[in-house]
Amino acid sequence: MIRILALLLALCAAGPALAQTAAPPPFTDRGQLSASELEFRAALKGERISGRVSIPDQQAANLIQPEGLDWRGFHNRTLAWIAGIAVLGMGGLLALFFLVRGRIRIAGGWSGHTLQRFSLLERANHWMVATSFLILGLTGLNLTFGRHLLLPVIGPVAFTALTQAGKYAHNFLAFPFTLGIVVMLLLWARDNVPEKADLAWLKQAGGLMGHGHPGAGRFNAGQKTVFWLTVFGGGIVAASGYVLIFPFSVTDIGGQQLAYIVHGVLAALMFAAMLAHIYIGSVGMEGAFDAMGTGQVDYNWAKEHHDRWVEAQVTKARQTVTPRDAKAAGAD
Amino acid sequence: MARMKFLCDSDRCIECNACVTACKNEHEVPWGINRRRVVTLNDGKPGERSISMACMHCTDAPCAAVCPVNCFYTTADAVVLHDKDLCIGCGYCFYACPFGAPQYPKLGNFGSRGKMDKCTYCAGGPQADDTAVEYIQYGANRLAEGKLPICAEMCSTKALLAGDGQIIAAIYKERVTRRGYGSGAWGWRTAYQEDMPA
Repeated sequence: MIRILALLLALCAAGPALAQTAAPPPFTDRGQLSASELEFRAALKGERISGRVSIPDQQAANLIQPEGLDWRGFHNRTLAWIAGIAVLGMGGLLALFFLVRGRIRIAGGWSGHTLQRFSLLERANHWMVATSFLILGLTGLNLTFGRHLLLPVIGPVAFTALTQAGKYAHNFLAFPFTLGIVVMLLLWARDNVPEKADLAWLKQAGGLMGHGHPGAGRFNAGQKTVFWLTVFGGGIVAASGYVLIFPFSVTDIGGQQLAYIVHGVLAALMFAAMLAHIYIGSVGMEGAFDAMGTGQVDYNWAKEHHDRWVEAQVTKARQTVTPRDAKAAGAD
Repeated sequence: MARMKFLCDSDRCIECNACVTACKNEHEVPWGINRRRVVTLNDGKPGERSISMACMHCTDAPCAAVCPVNCFYTTADAVVLHDKDLCIGCGYCFYACPFGAPQYPKLGNFGSRGKMDKCTYCAGGPQADDTAVEYIQYGANRLAEGKLPICAEMCSTKALLAGDGQIIAAIYKERVTRRGYGSGAWGWRTAYQEDMPA
């Protein structure tokens, strides 16, 4: 009896409290996060807030993707700094190198004799890759820096026309670039296999600083570096680019953001590396351009830079002129 | 001038998708493009809620920050719009947008996605207000007629609010106070926070 009375008393006391909680408890008390808290946590974790949509486009099921803000930071700051430092830095280094070292001359002077270094196919393929790479690189840099450098100069209408054309060029030149990379791999991989002599070449920095010429085969360690950078770097840049050309065919928005990051960083570094390649193949070294120009290089140039290759070529040529089983005149 | 915002009260949204349909109808939006959509979180589970989402017309908008041709501009009402005559359809705004607002008509090959399309807050584009050319490119310009966006105007439960940020925030706060619960303004932290990366 006393217990029932106590219960009744307790109920009476709790009456007003029960009336107050007749409405559902506050949102956060139901074990759910508020919109703001959910967005904050998703941003911290780099996760998308996704649900279900009844329209056919399932990409629309992402309510909020905080990674977009990270991508913005990458595009506007990180990539701009990486590309800016790489390209301008390489330009500065090359200018400094030219001032200090000057044009690297053929030590023995022009011999007047030439030998075939690259065939027509090799040169045609090289220039296909080179021209597409340059246009790809410049139109790519335009997407990152054009807005700040070119847009104020030529105005929005002309800049859009140029950038639109650049975008189409960028998309379509990806195909000859990729084809050329594959052909390069088939043509030159054999001569670009690293060997022991490359270490000696690298130790002497290829004779760039001193005046000696470390021995080399058809390609020296520097050229091998350029080759594998082109094949692997170009391959990854091309693959990541195709992911962006065909949106959503391979991956979702997170994958596309990542592909863009890989594409941008690698392409900027490759562009800087190729500036050095262009420099040493043109103004930087006497006799070097002929290899990719006419395909015929001077004998002295070849002897100084690719001694073992010249020896092999000369041996091969002697065998062609005088077959191994040929006998000296009057020997019988 | 007002600082226009959207606010979706997810405790009122019944996922009827009328805002999506009204938007498509008002602006004659082509197939495949949804300027607005309704996303249901925790579908079929406790705590299920639906949120109508479109371009939030961000403060310091990420789309404008990353656009390589600088085609975005913000109106006096703080509505983020873009010039389709300058857009090159590169897709950068789509990567950067936290709300998946930018859309592309899937025309042509090799990523020729066409000009980007997104919610205009029913404020048209850079063409002269309420002209045929503006309608074809951007859809109706209700703001120029003194009207608010159609999606919020016809919302049957008044879950979706559009208007000056302070006014709609006050309406929402009053609702929360009266009914005793609310999940907050979806996207507001992401869209309108003060400190943003460059």
